[in-house]
Amino acid sequence: MTFINYAAREINCKIVYYGPGLGGKTTNLQYIYDRTNDASKGRMISLATETDRTLFFDFLPIDLGEIRGFKVRFHLYTVPGQVFYDASRKLILRGVDGVIFVADSQEPRMEANVESIRNLDKNLREQGYDIATIPYVLQFNKRDLPTAVPVDEMYRRLNIKGEPTFEATAKTGLGVMNTLKAAARQVLTELRRISA
Amino acid sequence: MIPQDLVLYDEEFQKIRQALQRLLEDASAKLVFLVDKNGQQIAAVGDMSSLDTTSLASLTAGNVAATDGLARLIGEKEFSILFHEGEKDNIHISIVARRVILVVIFDDRASLGLVRLRVRRATAELEAVFEEIGRKIEGQKVAIATELEGPFSEITDEDIDRLFSE
Repeated sequence: MTFINYAAREINCKIVYYGPGLGGKTTNLQYIYDRTNDASKGRMISLATETDRTLFFDFLPIDLGEIRGFKVRFHLYTVPGQVFYDASRKLILRGVDGVIFVADSQEPRMEANVESIRNLDKNLREQGYDIATIPYVLQFNKRDLPTAVPVDEMYRRLNIKGEPTFEATAKTGLGVMNTLKAAARQVLTELRRISA
Repeated sequence: MIPQDLVLYDEEFQKIRQALQRLLEDASAKLVFLVDKNGQQIAAVGDMSSLDTTSLASLTAGNVAATDGLARLIGEKEFSILFHEGEKDNIHISIVARRVILVVIFDDRASLGLVRLRVRRATAELEAVFEEIGRKIEGQKVAIATELEGPFSEITDEDIDRLFSE
């Protein structure tokens, strides 16, 4: 749900990072936080367990600049990936404008990726959204690992509608910003479409 | 159903601020702010110098969302008021017009009873403003359909590219 504030001349949009546990959603956010200059970012909040697993969400607000005199601000959230936190995932999807799915490239995690996409589809539908129409970007993370499944095979198994797809190694930042940009672009294009 | 986009115009923004300011003074609170249920801050009044209000907004929304989930689990529609008591400061959270969250932070200069009383009055005022906003958004939709265009219909690909040029 985009929030257009004419008084403050701001557009606020919400992007959610989704995907299986330990896939690198928080690492994506951490990288964006580290490389964004102080003036353009707010504090990063991580509600995590003592072992650094996401418990509820991570949150990072960033300013992308201005369009037509309006400050463009994105609120980035991650969901907890572990299967049993499904109730929390549903809450975080509320009011979402775009989704980035972070897939784990390791062969043993393929089934978890597929299951998580199914879960995303179901949870979006429950909130009144449709995965077929919502701004959506796919990221193949952990490309640096030796057990990484070939890209074309991952694409065949995980790409659902020809969505923009990026290879990434979130811990070094490779592909992280391109993934975010693609999602932001889709969200703004959608905003233009519904305004027209 | 997908919730309607929230659009805030200057006129209503000023009315909201006035209502929050009155509440701040009447309840002897330190800080009063309004957040939408997705964690976007709408307006705030009071002493914000030492507070990260963006984080406060996001965590408040998370808190309300989690509590809503709990309510539904036990068969309630929602818990309309949350109260957190600290050693010095307290937080009173309530839902306005079913879609926005009113947060009052206060210390021992105020009492919970006083805050609750004043919040009730402010809620009625704010609900009237949000009804007005709802009507305006509907009206704007008609206007867009007939002649006027929203400012974002003219966003070009170049505008979007410029956002990402570093």
